[in-house]
Amino acid sequence: MTAAGEPFLRIENISKFFGPFQAVKDVSLDVAKGEIFSLLGGSGCGKTTLLRMLAGFEEPTSGRIFLDGRDMTGVAPWDRPVHMMFQSYALFPHMSVEKNVGYGLKHERMSADEKAARVREMLELVQLLPFATRKPHQISGGQRQRVALARALARQPKLLLLDEPLAALDKKLRERTQFELMSIQQRTGVTFIVVTHDQEEAMTLSDRIAVMDKGEVKQIGSPGDVYEFPNSRFVADFIGSITSFPATILARQDAQLRLSVPALGGEVLARDVPGLNEGQDATLAIRPEKLLISKDRPDEVNAFEGTVKDLAYFGKDSLYRVILRSGALVQAHAVNARRGGEAARAADWDDKVWISFAPSSAIVLAE
Amino acid sequence: MRAKRLARWFDTKGWSDLLIAAPYVWLVIFFLLPFLIVVAMSVGTKTPTAPPISFGGEHPWVSLQGYVRAVTDTLYFRAFITSLVSAGIATVLCLLIGYPMALGLTRVSKSWRNILLMLVILPFWTSFLLRVYAWMGLMGRSSWFNEGVTRIWNAIVPQGWAVDFMPMMHSNFAVVLVMVYTYLPFMILPLYASLERLDPTLDEAALDLGSRPWQVFLDVTLPQSIPGIVAGGMLVFIPAAGELVIPTLVGNAASPMIGRVISDQFSSARDWPMASAIAVVLLVLMVGPAMLYSHFQAKAEGAK
Amino acid sequence: MKRRHTFLITMLCFGFAFFYIPILSMIVYSFNASRLASVWGGFSTKWYVSLFSNKQVIDALILSLEIALVSATLATILGTMAGIALARFPVFRGRLLFSGLVTAPLIMPEVITGISSLMFFILMAQWIGWPGQRGFTTVTLAHITFSMVFVTTIVQARMLQSDRSIEEAAMDLGSKPWQVLRDVTIPVIFPAVLSGWLLAFTISLDDVVITSFTTGPGSTTLPLLIWSKVKLGVTPDINALATLMVSVVAVGVVIAGIVMNRAEHRRQRDEQMAFRANG
Repeated sequence: MTAAGEPFLRIENISKFFGPFQAVKDVSLDVAKGEIFSLLGGSGCGKTTLLRMLAGFEEPTSGRIFLDGRDMTGVAPWDRPVHMMFQSYALFPHMSVEKNVGYGLKHERMSADEKAARVREMLELVQLLPFATRKPHQISGGQRQRVALARALARQPKLLLLDEPLAALDKKLRERTQFELMSIQQRTGVTFIVVTHDQEEAMTLSDRIAVMDKGEVKQIGSPGDVYEFPNSRFVADFIGSITSFPATILARQDAQLRLSVPALGGEVLARDVPGLNEGQDATLAIRPEKLLISKDRPDEVNAFEGTVKDLAYFGKDSLYRVILRSGALVQAHAVNARRGGEAARAADWDDKVWISFAPSSAIVLAE
Repeated sequence: MRAKRLARWFDTKGWSDLLIAAPYVWLVIFFLLPFLIVVAMSVGTKTPTAPPISFGGEHPWVSLQGYVRAVTDTLYFRAFITSLVSAGIATVLCLLIGYPMALGLTRVSKSWRNILLMLVILPFWTSFLLRVYAWMGLMGRSSWFNEGVTRIWNAIVPQGWAVDFMPMMHSNFAVVLVMVYTYLPFMILPLYASLERLDPTLDEAALDLGSRPWQVFLDVTLPQSIPGIVAGGMLVFIPAAGELVIPTLVGNAASPMIGRVISDQFSSARDWPMASAIAVVLLVLMVGPAMLYSHFQAKAEGAK
Repeated sequence: MKRRHTFLITMLCFGFAFFYIPILSMIVYSFNASRLASVWGGFSTKWYVSLFSNKQVIDALILSLEIALVSATLATILGTMAGIALARFPVFRGRLLFSGLVTAPLIMPEVITGISSLMFFILMAQWIGWPGQRGFTTVTLAHITFSMVFVTTIVQARMLQSDRSIEEAAMDLGSKPWQVLRDVTIPVIFPAVLSGWLLAFTISLDDVVITSFTTGPGSTTLPLLIWSKVKLGVTPDINALATLMVSVVAVGVVIAGIVMNRAEHRRQRDEQMAFRANG
């Protein structure tokens, strides 16, 4: 039983060295029961090493992992109530689908009937009952992924680790599988830890995300937090696209910051960020979809005039590249809400336009 | 309690220790130890006792007599030369016959290729001894093959050179011929493996850039198949140099090869130090170049 | 335009003629009534009859098969263990020596392996009184030693190809490492283990040199019997024996070819099935 206030999974100051190379640097995390928690980062950021330490394949050099109040230090992989869905799925090629799903149950004290019933239940959960007697090479990639999921869930783990669960699937199948994973997680209530390099996957799937870089956790938060309020340039850059400019903080007024941004050719009002001081150099960052484009001067404090240099039509939206008076280049997305094809767009090549954004959309970063 | 601790040791570490230890101990006892005995015997002194060897007492603890004789006695020196030269010629001939065959195998259709590969491997599964024996039958003075070769020979050479039969058996020629016959599959298979991996579009690219087919072969195919040539060469040369069966059955007893010398010194002359010393010298001569090669190979890989 | 490979095809024809003319000649002459190799004395099966009534040959064949069976089985067990160990444990104490010991018998000339084994057995008999007599046991021990490294080579190569994560998956699902070995590793590499066994069996059945050094009085294997006969020259009953051996091997290889071909067809069918399931 989890004591009140104790997190379900607690990772405490974990570090991992491979020889002189430090793959994971002093990571601490708490995960609540029933959460879908993602470790997001590029290759070599330490997310997979962290996952392997949770599974027990690697021992941390220092630090401890508590699962449901139990210290997992020195517990062998086969003794952990933690199961993993491997990136390659790692299905046993010589066993049928049902043998694969039932493999972990060999180690459970259950009658043969109970085991068969559990296997059936799992196969129903992933809708693979008709394929029970097939071998892994006789089913499709998406089906293999579901066998791997059913196999990892069959022993009712406390924690399910998913290593790049969607990476091997094609784009169409990936979207469908994402929702399937979420619904299965809701039905079983198992805590999911997902490792992924794909920020979109992490955003749609997770309750919370830990963004990792070079073995460190940069930021932990809900997808909305991490996207709207990144705490560093790395996180801002890694999740979604962003345009950033060097800035200097002039003053703090009415819970807003007034900045001087030479590249925009003027001053900007932005949402206040605690911990920044007047006179300090900072970075102003804006997501392209938060930039509005219009032919007339908008009713907004942060508005700058420029010329359309380039535009690209994507169907549902268009991308504009605008040269400001100051000479700076900014990118802005505009949704093509009205039908009418390219004629209906907000601006054309060489048009004089206004670029504007709300103070609440402007992100100020310390670096 | 102890049983439980033993079970835990076995589950975590013991199983892998046992997995390594069983074959390890086996090879140390039945391969390394006998080999060290050869090295030890090579510095002993021959005695008329059983076993016919002695260290110390009235004899020196370490005697280099065997080594001195192995490199100075012309009988042994010639045996080394005969072995290395025969094995070398056999290796080159295997390469000259095996390379076009391996290349040909990569150019035939897939269904033919599998059948032909099977035909290359099939002699390998039949008895080595019987493959040597097959040539004994062919080369014998009264065989159809010998008669045929004799007739062709007599038809093309001047009158005075005519012979009643070709003296093929019991010659170094016979040894090399049978070596080529028995070891050819060992050359073809690694060559085929390295040629099969080559990207055919490279050939096409070279042809497209204006090279003639033979230039493509020299510039593109040959350099890329060098690992296969080396592997095949070693697979033929090393066993051929130490060969005992072929020289005994079809070789010339007057100029023995080194494998036979070792065997005779050991069994007939009961001279263990001599046989062991020759064995060590042979190993150094054969394994030395192989080790140098792999050393430089590793260095070249590292430099990349 | 298709390029022609006249030269290569000619070389292939020449090469296969070189491979098979001696064998075919041997087969034809096994049915020769005449004792002389050059004279065709009419069709006869008398050499086969004399072969099967020769108790020496039958005894030698049985001994060879016994030795090959025992040594191939033990060599496969030890060789597989070594192959798995070398592929799975990149570092352990003494690994360098171990990998040397696994390759050395491959390049050691048979004469040297033969005399070193014999000296070992003689000195052992002197020091600890074992082996009291050379024969089945000593030959089998020597065969195990030099054929196990071939099994190791095959198994190690197969292990390096196989996906490590399926072993981790089994461990993750609650299996201890030795259970993983039994449930997953060995079943997956089993074809390689089987071909290792087959190779070890053939090597043992075919060996002359090492056997001739390590055997003792009364233990004559079939190759040793052939060896002692052909040293004296060509005899027609050996032609008959060779014909039988080649036939057995050829039938075996053809059956293996058909089985492999079937497996290939099945694999293609399965792939199509998976493809349809996808759609």
